[in-house]
Amino acid sequence: MEKHYADSQTKGVSTGTTILAVTFDGGVIIGSDSRASIGGEYVSSKTINKLIQLHDQIFCCIAGSLADAQAITKAAKFHLSFHSVQMENPPLVMAAASVLKELCYKNKEELQAGFITAGWDRKKGPQVYVVSLGGMLISQPFTIAGSGSTFIYGYTDAKYKPNMTREECQQFAINALTLAMGRDNVSGGVVHLVVITEKGVEHVVVPGDKLPKFHDE
Amino acid sequence: MALSTVLETPVAGFDFENAARNAALEGLLEKGQAPKPLKTGTTIAGVVFKDGVVLGADTRATSSEVVADKMCAKIHYIAPNIYCCGAGTAADTEKTTDLLSSNLTIFSLNSGRNPRVVMAINILQDMLYRYKGHIGANLILGGVDCTGNHLYTVGPYGSVNKVPYLSMGSGDLAALGILEDRFKSDMQLEEAKDLVRDAIHAGIMCDLGSGNNIDICVITKQGVDYIRPYQESEYVDNRKRQYKYRPGTTPVLTEKIVPLKLEVVEQTTQQMDSA
Repeated sequence: MEKHYADSQTKGVSTGTTILAVTFDGGVIIGSDSRASIGGEYVSSKTINKLIQLHDQIFCCIAGSLADAQAITKAAKFHLSFHSVQMENPPLVMAAASVLKELCYKNKEELQAGFITAGWDRKKGPQVYVVSLGGMLISQPFTIAGSGSTFIYGYTDAKYKPNMTREECQQFAINALTLAMGRDNVSGGVVHLVVITEKGVEHVVVPGDKLPKFHDE
Repeated sequence: MALSTVLETPVAGFDFENAARNAALEGLLEKGQAPKPLKTGTTIAGVVFKDGVVLGADTRATSSEVVADKMCAKIHYIAPNIYCCGAGTAADTEKTTDLLSSNLTIFSLNSGRNPRVVMAINILQDMLYRYKGHIGANLILGGVDCTGNHLYTVGPYGSVNKVPYLSMGSGDLAALGILEDRFKSDMQLEEAKDLVRDAIHAGIMCDLGSGNNIDICVITKQGVDYIRPYQESEYVDNRKRQYKYRPGTTPVLTEKIVPLKLEVVEQTTQQMDSA
């Protein structure tokens, strides 16, 4: 297996990836591709799950080293669950993002993982937070991350509108992920979306052949 | 902990107690180079089928260019319903699976429940992540429990993936070609066994680090069928291995008997307490 680990920055399996989260009128959509690679040249999984459920209506998507991200989300799930038992209330999305931020910031020397947290809570409704590699935490109406995101900054900046409908937002997310997967070699597979609203959570999977086709494909 | 899985909770952080000892040993060896760890250049594969899981492995263990073991067992017992194939450093896969098996047995005895495959995976993931990749174990864990038939893979850095079919080891790409071509969900038992056999065979033929015989392990709700070997290599050596000769084969020419004189030098008696 060592032959697969060329001189990539991430040791072991990495989720060179495209992830995003977008708020719309009444909820938030969080989405990702499904490719995991080793050394930037071997696809170790075509169907990896990058959308992790931290609590009933809070999800996060992972980028960076798969091992680090899975370990961090495990710890975060535990902390959030304990926190919500103590508060006797479901946790705020801000709390979930902060838990991830604390873990990333306090261990920034050893860890190599970034997250986008998105969810719905009673206090502020749908929200999106991004926790980057070193532990910076900021809130945005929509955000993109991962190696494939560099190819779609233009598209998302141009096409995002605040207060979209759910269908418009879903199409926006699918288009953005498809464009990124089309240009980034370490992003690919299927598109996973999770739509979180006040009512609950819905998974949408769009397989490769159902993705929109753009110029030159 | 009410249901402790281990006899004692591990100390936080890494345990590199042996690093100082290893450095001292290296100083004593000539050339100051530690011997290379035995790696199992390997092909292992697993497939989920209709009634359970089939795991397969080759049986060659190599130490650089020499075949150290021609009949190495790479499918390790974890629990009555869970088995694990290991690729990577032989000692690491052996010890890791041994520890996991012991922990799960303690858990079973304490809780009165059969272990689940997810629990085995979580324990493995925690342990391998704690050692940050220094434990070179690439494992395929398969089993059948009350929640269904499961196949997981764990990498040395602690990443986990749940899959319907998989191959690992130095021959993984050769085996994966066969699996990608012929895998279907809900296969029958014979079809699944053939698929895994062919996948390991491809690894044996196309990879120098894999070879010799093929072991297969079929896990279903009814039980486990560990077939070792499922298929023997056609390149078997024909040594007799038994060298017993009929009495009288060697002719006796002369016979001389010399009695040995023994004198008693010292006699001691020791009282034993048999209460």
